Amino acid sequence: MNENEQDQQMVWLFVLDRPYKVPAGLTIQDAMEYAGYKLTRGVGCRGGFCGACATVYRIEGQYQLKADLACQKVVEDGMHIVTIPFTPANKKQYDIDAPDMKADAGILLSYYPMVARCVSCNRCNNICPQELEVMEAMNAILQGDVERTARLMFDCIQCGLCSMRCPGEIPQFHIAQLARRLWGKYGESPDQMLTKRLGEITAGKFDEEYDTIMGAGREELQAMYDTRELKLA
Amino acid sequence: MAEAYPSYMSDSIRKVEASRSQRLQRDLTELKMPEEEHDSLLNRYHPDYRTEQFAEVRVGPNKGDVMPREIVKLLEAYPTVRPEEVNLDEIDYDVEVLIIGGGGGGTVAALWAVEQGIPPEKVLIVTKLRHGDANSLMAQGGTQAATAEEDSPVQHYLDTMGGGHFENKPELVKALTEEAPMIIEWHRELGVMYDRDENGNMMVFPGGGSSRKRLHCAEDYTGMEQMRVIRDQVRNLGIPVLEFTPAIELLTTPEGAVGGALLWNLDTHQYYVVRAKTTILSTGGFGRLHIQGFPTTNHYGATADGLVMAYRAGAKLRDMDSVQYHPTGAAYPQQILGLLITEKIRGLGGQPVNKEGEVFVFPLEPRDVEAARLIKECEDGKGMETPYGVQGIWLDTPLIDAIHGEGAFARAFPSIARLYKRHDIDPTEFPILVYPTLHYQNGGIEINGNTESSTQGLLAAGEVSGGVHGKNRLMGNSTLDYNVFGRRAGIQAAERAQESIEVGELTLDHARRYTADLEQAGIDKSKKSPLILPEYRGKRTLNRLLDFPL
Repeated sequence: MNENEQDQQMVWLFVLDRPYKVPAGLTIQDAMEYAGYKLTRGVGCRGGFCGACATVYRIEGQYQLKADLACQKVVEDGMHIVTIPFTPANKKQYDIDAPDMKADAGILLSYYPMVARCVSCNRCNNICPQELEVMEAMNAILQGDVERTARLMFDCIQCGLCSMRCPGEIPQFHIAQLARRLWGKYGESPDQMLTKRLGEITAGKFDEEYDTIMGAGREELQAMYDTRELKLA
Repeated sequence: MAEAYPSYMSDSIRKVEASRSQRLQRDLTELKMPEEEHDSLLNRYHPDYRTEQFAEVRVGPNKGDVMPREIVKLLEAYPTVRPEEVNLDEIDYDVEVLIIGGGGGGTVAALWAVEQGIPPEKVLIVTKLRHGDANSLMAQGGTQAATAEEDSPVQHYLDTMGGGHFENKPELVKALTEEAPMIIEWHRELGVMYDRDENGNMMVFPGGGSSRKRLHCAEDYTGMEQMRVIRDQVRNLGIPVLEFTPAIELLTTPEGAVGGALLWNLDTHQYYVVRAKTTILSTGGFGRLHIQGFPTTNHYGATADGLVMAYRAGAKLRDMDSVQYHPTGAAYPQQILGLLITEKIRGLGGQPVNKEGEVFVFPLEPRDVEAARLIKECEDGKGMETPYGVQGIWLDTPLIDAIHGEGAFARAFPSIARLYKRHDIDPTEFPILVYPTLHYQNGGIEINGNTESSTQGLLAAGEVSGGVHGKNRLMGNSTLDYNVFGRRAGIQAAERAQESIEVGELTLDHARRYTADLEQAGIDKSKKSPLILPEYRGKRTLNRLLDFPL
């Protein structure tokens, strides 16, 4: 990182209202580190997958509160930020194998009845850093469509911003987790090829081949590898 | 022309576009490099062969072995904790199984330890960041399992051994490949949503170095989907997890067995003592050491703490001279430098193309070969230089929709599409710039089939362990690794719980002995480890730091 300020354009970043001059073009996370913060919370994978770095911000002169991931969002001049390193939302405990479990919206409503409190205000959609249709996913539960909830929320990184913004105090990201598991386990069918292969392995179909290949010398193995046929079509 | 790219790149982008239809028709297997040419390419261009970047370790069980300088620096460092500073008689957590590391390996181990009969409250997961914030969750491409008709677990074994240059430990590769289909079925029963075709069958995709289509994917969020589900299951079972509480040293019995660990609260900076009959290390790899200055795909906490702690406790390491550079890390724009661009893009037909618009490599070589070939192309002057001096090769992403129909890229790669959209680049319209990036620790703590290390009481699973992948890991074998060996570690811990193992006194004797060895080797006393987190603060701050008691 070039630290010579004359060589680069600088912007003002306000971390908990303390102003820092930081190079334009840095992500919020990199800019905080440039400013001297050793991050231990509100930081995780640094690649947009873990949801640890949800950050709320407002740009000077504007009134809207916005939110994004600190590891992905590039700083803007006059940006006031506060990271949300933890979301105090309730996750229900359940036994996914329980006999009454199925890919049914009723299950979701029994664990999370507050879904019915959705007032369709759209705030969850507006704040989602993944730009998911969170509200539609919750409405799908009321319409009895678990698969739709699961698929609409498939790219959820569970940062929790939706639940922090929700006037109905709905923990959307936890509800979506249960929806996906119900769909994955009970909505989809077992895979025929997979079932067949498991049977073959249990029956010892490959035991002899394993014995042969594991008994082969290095040169023999190398030859088998070099001459193996690619079937990728 | 794309405003997303600097105007000087326009000519090159036009050349990529101009050659696209012709490249689309071409059978690229003709570019596949003969196996006998691999060695000379790797020798000349792979970073693992830059001998000046490596050093001999002067102490410990692997004394005399050659490893990257960054690792040697951490192994040849003094324990941060001085034994006289801590009271090990006051036990804060007394458990059957201590699991250090809350990524994939540790989480799977916890589930199987409980499945095999250990009460959830007698298991403890401790983790440096949040539960699940780990490389496991960042895996995009998929998990290998030989389920297709024309495939077999033995074929998977052969691909894995060849990819690893036959340096893998055969018993581990057998476990990996034979248990892979069972892992996918276990996931299905937990509710993991894998990609299915229109008939509801699980889809399988090709990966580099694999001779069959064998990858099971969940869009390009495979690791995240697996991690979310297994973490949810840990929460449902009520298995205790301590977050923001890294282990900073293992604890040993007077007999030299591992009997727990010393933890450190990242918020309050106090320590805790854990006594455990079995300790499982699942701390992941070393990407955040930025070996040879490379950017990395890895999460913030990938600092090799587990390796350092285990090594001091006498655990032997293996294959530590081998580092995986993923062929395609993002090279532009600078904000995303080094982030992972999944191999699945090449699996679905994406081609690496030089600045002249020429495809110059079979897109699905094993990773070390593919990475070395991309580095060669840049060194031959056929890379595209970025404004900040980093070289890049075009990855022709518009091919995906051209081959599989409009919308295919968005469906298969939503995370990649999001990553670039933030910087006004549409990968379905323009190619993206890539360059090899530090991705994976091929070696690690030597384990046997039961995940036992050479130190009593210490198991290891996932990236922290070595032997599964030899000198080069294949795509889709890392998520598989943490599942197969995380499971085996959990089962092994449950078996040990049945034995009459008494962990008596806890000590830091091994750290004292290691300190004496370091002193004897004349090693600079100012060096300390484990690292816990990398240092990214600005120089001006670091130059003005004052340690002032509050």
